[in-house]
Amino acid sequence: MEIDRSRPSQPSASAQEEREAGSAGDDVAYWEGLEHTEEFRQLVSARLRFVLPATVFFLAYYFLLPLLNGLAPNFMRTDVVGHVNIAYLFALSQFFVAWLLAWFYIRRANGLFDRLAAAVRERAARGRRTAP
Amino acid sequence: MNVTLVLFLIVVGITLVITGWAARRTRTTVQFWAAGRGIKGWQNGLAISGDYMSAASFLGIAGLIAFNGYDGFMYSVGWLVAYLTVLFLIAEPMRNTGKYTLADVISYRMSPIPVRSAAAFSTVAVSASYMMAQMIGAGSLIKILIPSLDTALKPWFNWTVLGTKLDPSITLVGALMMIYVIAGGMVATTWVQIVKAILLMSGAVLLSFLVLLHFGFNLGSFFDSIAGIKDSKSGLNFTQPGILYAYGKTQVWGVDKALLENVSLGMALILGTAGLPHILMRFFTVPDAKAARQSVAWAMGLIGSFYIMTTFLGFGAATLVGKTKICATVAPKCTPNSNLAAPRLAEYLGNSFFGTGGGEFLLAFIAAVAFATILAVVAGLTLAASGAFSHDFYVNVVRTHLLHGQVSDREQVLVARITAALVGLLSIWLAARVGATANAAALVAGVAFVIASAANLPAILFTLFWKRFNTWGAVASLVGGSLTTIWLVAIGPGWTVPVNENPAFPLQNVGIVSIPIGFVLAIVGTYIGELVKADRLADQKFHEIDVRAQTGLGAEPVPVA
Repeated sequence: MEIDRSRPSQPSASAQEEREAGSAGDDVAYWEGLEHTEEFRQLVSARLRFVLPATVFFLAYYFLLPLLNGLAPNFMRTDVVGHVNIAYLFALSQFFVAWLLAWFYIRRANGLFDRLAAAVRERAARGRRTAP
Repeated sequence: MNVTLVLFLIVVGITLVITGWAARRTRTTVQFWAAGRGIKGWQNGLAISGDYMSAASFLGIAGLIAFNGYDGFMYSVGWLVAYLTVLFLIAEPMRNTGKYTLADVISYRMSPIPVRSAAAFSTVAVSASYMMAQMIGAGSLIKILIPSLDTALKPWFNWTVLGTKLDPSITLVGALMMIYVIAGGMVATTWVQIVKAILLMSGAVLLSFLVLLHFGFNLGSFFDSIAGIKDSKSGLNFTQPGILYAYGKTQVWGVDKALLENVSLGMALILGTAGLPHILMRFFTVPDAKAARQSVAWAMGLIGSFYIMTTFLGFGAATLVGKTKICATVAPKCTPNSNLAAPRLAEYLGNSFFGTGGGEFLLAFIAAVAFATILAVVAGLTLAASGAFSHDFYVNVVRTHLLHGQVSDREQVLVARITAALVGLLSIWLAARVGATANAAALVAGVAFVIASAANLPAILFTLFWKRFNTWGAVASLVGGSLTTIWLVAIGPGWTVPVNENPAFPLQNVGIVSIPIGFVLAIVGTYIGELVKADRLADQKFHEIDVRAQTGLGAEPVPVA
């Protein structure tokens, strides 16, 4: 059967080859069907719930540094401890914020995202077995 | 034989042994381009660090901080934070949907001929400018750090090709990178990058430790001594922002020019990393998306630690060596050269802790590290550029879609090796040709990262996440984003070494203009494509890439050896 070519248990044909073969409407329906499963929706919304705010936050936090350096240089040049000033501490904090966000992401991805993705794959495998 | 030459030969020896070992594991296409997808997460993390931290970042950043104080540190910050974009949005979907190259992902839903050709073009544009910077840097570094090598090479590589006299040091670097890639493909490249990452980290840790030791592990007195250095022009001390970016001096479009430059640089660094073909290619070498994620985690740990240490390297050189003594000895005097901040710091620390021989040894060690750094990066770049030519253009556009042929594994690997050789030869020649006039540092941060973010990033993101995106949009951003960037840089002040005093475009960092243009082109192109009903398949295929990218269904498997 045409549709069997992309069965996950034996993934062989690449997307290009499928496209080349002029994938039947069946194939589109298959993937669209998976897109509409409860498991896939949960996966996408779980990812969005993390990635969207985290991305907005890290972009804002990062660009705050050049903006403050340029707009409030005297504030940024204020020494906090000895000659360590706000500008340096803020720049240094970027590293730790990046590490922290990466750690949060990886923890959630290894747990929740992987579990939901596995559920979609499981669903796909089941769907294949029952397909005519 | 002096110590520098010995250490240098050891580095070359190690990499050649690796290549010999890798050559026996490089027979099939998936081995050549993706190391058989058998690289472990932590190994790939090390390799990404080795691929990413170029000589521009090791020597360049240390130099920027040593000469300009705090403002140079801005590069360090951007280069780490950029990996959040990679981690959150790019790494796992890339592994799930891609095969060997960036174009594999972008052409997934699109018409392969135009999109692969366009992606091959932008990949070559990014890799070529990156490569030029590394090669030119390599040439001048070897001349300064290992002059005996340059002299020794002269009689061997004394060729003039098409009216350009080849540079012996550049030719040697080019020859080595060609050997790694042609013989050992991605396997050799990966392990050369891993070895380099370890060397670079040890070098940075050692120098940072000695700097701290010098200050008795008292960060307070370290910063006191940094604050003791004053910039003559602005009157600021080196811990303060505003030396490299002179805020509040000139205005462009009604906004402070220094602020625009700094934000613009930040945009290119933060967004560009996620579009660098040679970095993205690394995600195809691991078995699955989870390993891709782990490799970013490892890379972020290493890259972040390294860039934090640029504080000690850069400020250490500023305080202990001083701007006037960070120089290259070109008889009769020593000319200041910011690229030598780390090497001169090593020399100073070696002398003060271990006596005269120690200085010579540490300098030689750092020179060897810098050399390994360059080799690892150019090997990755060669692989990315030849992937664009052979896998994307030759195999997929010409042979598969234009000639409707089947391409055997044997032929693919053969063509890959030939294109790697051509890429190598071409870059040796080009680097020798433009060597004298181009501003190497500006090429990397100013061109390669900007093309990556203006051309590649919109194409990747929209392919993965925007249902309406189509062939027209992809081609518009890939070609339009690249050309806009190259054009703005060419008419701007940053292209040539004697800085253009009256440029048609005011900013050296063009990202703030060209990155939005790249995204707008992608969107406008998509709507035009929709109007002319050019590409209906892209819409339908979105469902597939959407599910595949998120779940790893049907992802390229690990081949059974």
